[in-house]
Amino acid sequence: MPHATDAPARPDVQTLRDISRELRADIIRMLVEAKSGHPGGSLSAIDALVCLYFGGVLRYRPAEPEWPERDRFVLSKGHCTPALYSVLARAGYFPRERLMSFRKFGSPLQGHPDRTRLPGVEASTGSLGQGLSMALGMALAARIDGSGRRVYAMLGDGEIQAGQVWEAVMSAGNFGVDNLTAIVDCNQVQQTGLVRDIQDEEPLAAKWSAFRWNVIECDGHDHAQVLDALDGARACRGRPTVILARTVKGKGVSFMELDYNWHGKAPSPEEGERALAEILAGESSPAPAALRGKGDR
Amino acid sequence: MGAVATRQAFGDAIVRIGGDPRVVVLTGDLKNSTHTEDFAKAYPDRFFDVGIAESNMLGVAAGLALSGKVPWACSFAAFIANRLETVRASVAYNAANVRIVGTHAGIGIGDDGASQMALEDVAAIRALPNVGIVQPCDGPETQRAVEYLLDHDGPAYLRLMRQKTETVHAEDYSFRFGEAEVLRDGADVAFVASGGLVQESLGAARILEAEGVSARVLNVHTIKPLDAAAIVEAARACGRVISAEDHNVDGGLGGAVAEAIGEAGVGARLVRVGLRSFGESGSTAELYDRYGLSAARLAGAARSLLSR
Repeated sequence: MPHATDAPARPDVQTLRDISRELRADIIRMLVEAKSGHPGGSLSAIDALVCLYFGGVLRYRPAEPEWPERDRFVLSKGHCTPALYSVLARAGYFPRERLMSFRKFGSPLQGHPDRTRLPGVEASTGSLGQGLSMALGMALAARIDGSGRRVYAMLGDGEIQAGQVWEAVMSAGNFGVDNLTAIVDCNQVQQTGLVRDIQDEEPLAAKWSAFRWNVIECDGHDHAQVLDALDGARACRGRPTVILARTVKGKGVSFMELDYNWHGKAPSPEEGERALAEILAGESSPAPAALRGKGDR
Repeated sequence: MGAVATRQAFGDAIVRIGGDPRVVVLTGDLKNSTHTEDFAKAYPDRFFDVGIAESNMLGVAAGLALSGKVPWACSFAAFIANRLETVRASVAYNAANVRIVGTHAGIGIGDDGASQMALEDVAAIRALPNVGIVQPCDGPETQRAVEYLLDHDGPAYLRLMRQKTETVHAEDYSFRFGEAEVLRDGADVAFVASGGLVQESLGAARILEAEGVSARVLNVHTIKPLDAAAIVEAARACGRVISAEDHNVDGGLGGAVAEAIGEAGVGARLVRVGLRSFGESGSTAELYDRYGLSAARLAGAARSLLSR
């Protein structure tokens, strides 16, 4: 089977932490250059994406983006393109310098992902609530084909307030598609406030479980935990898996963490310098001291 | 030549092409009404009932299409084509090879009444780039359109009827996507019609012929891309055009015909026949008479136009 060679070998956790730090810096640089975009959800999502793409999980060929037997990743929370693009550049889909064209006229790096413009993007997203349905369709196609292809979708905890998400959750559970994994980036904050203040969703694990999903919770900034969760998803038979990645919006930049004002605002050059200094100086992804909003009400 | 509902013809056609492994059929608890039960029996591994969740059905279809399948997502037109945000983002913007199949279009469905009558679906989808719109008028045209759409590149909306319509095409009819069909030539007035209004227009033309009026009938089975050239040619030749559709005239075929004639600068007179309100319960015949869609009412519209 060629598959084993199509996912990069799993490095040690420190290497993944280093990649996360590097890509957090790329996210900040992109946003400063673009003067717009979404830092908070990109910084919360990056560790799980690093595990997926560089932790020996996702099977892909950057030199052959349309390879039919590749695994699929759908970024349903499409506004977090800085995280996705920094990952795709490092994976080799396009030169890293192109990250600086993000959101600019004529660039394939659109504000939200456009699969028709950028190889490596599996689905055009950005209108929230639709990516899990598309990922389910891809998972069913793999089942029809008798293929071992796996499909991953990342959703936001704000995004899952959308009704279509729960239509997809219900049908994926009933179809028993065990080649589908949803990762919910539970960063606790949405555009205008805390998730629990706008529409509380807890207990999330019980909700997904009731719809016949295998539920794994983890610290979404702890690479070892995320890898364990992804391995658990691959091992599960007969049910789709959701990974509730408990994260912190804006993770790694102290003045952005858990502040909804950094949902969709680019840092100024000065703020960018401060952010980069923190990211590059610090332990890249220390476990958060306390995860708020987890079963505490 | 008999009569058949285009939804029934679709159900037969989808089984006929079902041996192609790309074909996947989805429905939302309407496999009986959309006539997809035979496909479900023949190809259970490629049939999915997602329940009453049409937005999810559209997204799942998009995902299947992005993995190389040609999924046919089937429901009432009112419930699937009007999930506009999912049609826009998951299907159209992704340029996903989804076939959105909307049955029970228009007031022709009859007794079920206004909530089940899609009258704005064409207008909504016409505003979306990438999506073709096909509305066949009879059984053979539906069969040939389904065969064509299997290999069509890009998303498409197939608008079908609940009620039976008279067969006007031979079995060996050749469906030409994007090309309007002149079903009857004429020089005094042109009916530009789609779906079941094609048969009503042919009936109107026969009534008018007995009165010495020569009416052209254009079958616009492809509403997008519109065959503007054929419509402009009819406008030039006849000078009087009546668009006829079981749909709201604003943004529907009537709107499209007005755009084509206006952009060409042809000095023709246009009457748009179609809906301007929601529908109501009744038989197809009663409703087509009440809302001006019957052959007799279309003939009356032509007389009125000719006397101006």
